[in-house]
Amino acid sequence: MFEYFYKYGSPRHFYDLSKMFVPWLGGICLILLIAGLTGGLVLAPPDYQQGEGFRIIYVHVPSAWMSLFIYMVMATAGATGLIWKVKVADALARASAPLGASFTFLALVTGSLWGKPMWGTWWVWDARLTSELILLFLYLGYMALQTAIDDRRTAARAGAILALVGVVNIPIIHYSVEWWHTLHQGPTITKLDAPSIHISMLVPLLIMALAFMFYYAAVVLLRARYEILENERNSAWVCELIEQRRG
Amino acid sequence: MSSLQSFLHMGGYAFYVWSAYGLSFIVLVLNVVLPLKREQQFFRALIKRKERVSKNK
Repeated sequence: MFEYFYKYGSPRHFYDLSKMFVPWLGGICLILLIAGLTGGLVLAPPDYQQGEGFRIIYVHVPSAWMSLFIYMVMATAGATGLIWKVKVADALARASAPLGASFTFLALVTGSLWGKPMWGTWWVWDARLTSELILLFLYLGYMALQTAIDDRRTAARAGAILALVGVVNIPIIHYSVEWWHTLHQGPTITKLDAPSIHISMLVPLLIMALAFMFYYAAVVLLRARYEILENERNSAWVCELIEQRRG
Repeated sequence: MSSLQSFLHMGGYAFYVWSAYGLSFIVLVLNVVLPLKREQQFFRALIKRKERVSKNK
């Protein structure tokens, strides 16, 4: 089994294999996006309190979920690289950071665009918003560390440690709306009793979340491919690739 | 008001809703385009280096 793992876990095989996966993941993502946007922007009825303004939910909530999910992937991949020295895991962690930062940024900005008409303010320093902002800084710190350290293996190790320390922030973000009195509303979907949202509004939201998941899977592979090339730029197989490209 | 107009109007929330969607769109597209471009540059730079090396031989 380990032989199998080492063969397909090697950077070269990952590079070849990912090329096959990216178009499929991307295609599924596009179909889901079209379905989710139609459902969310056209088919779902306006909210009884927020009118059409609630439709921001379909980019805000999936972005926020992804910002947490990608962080956990990044920390797990970082730990895997740290403990078992798996090069592909390091590449995945490094490729995840800009995507996680993008989704965190989107969660914050779309939240702000939603807060202004509904709460009357772009920003408040409540627990949910502040902890999400800290998440953005964790991602940016990780990325800065990667560019500041020239040796890529040292950078991966330092980044993994930063990412693992930052994991404490994740439950804080998730439970912030329960632990503190926040202006941000409590959970609508991820709670134990039935979600307090009508099915016609919920289904597009779940489809959008799935679309963002596939987007992340496709783009993280795309980015990891580049990271692997950069890691292995002096290896024989990358030289071969270049020979092929020269034609 | 036609249905398209009322759709774009978003019940008065047009600015907030469409900026949120527009910005998300831009960020998601950039995250695909930029790495692809960087990969292309990577190959171009290495091919150039290789050609220089083989010329000097």
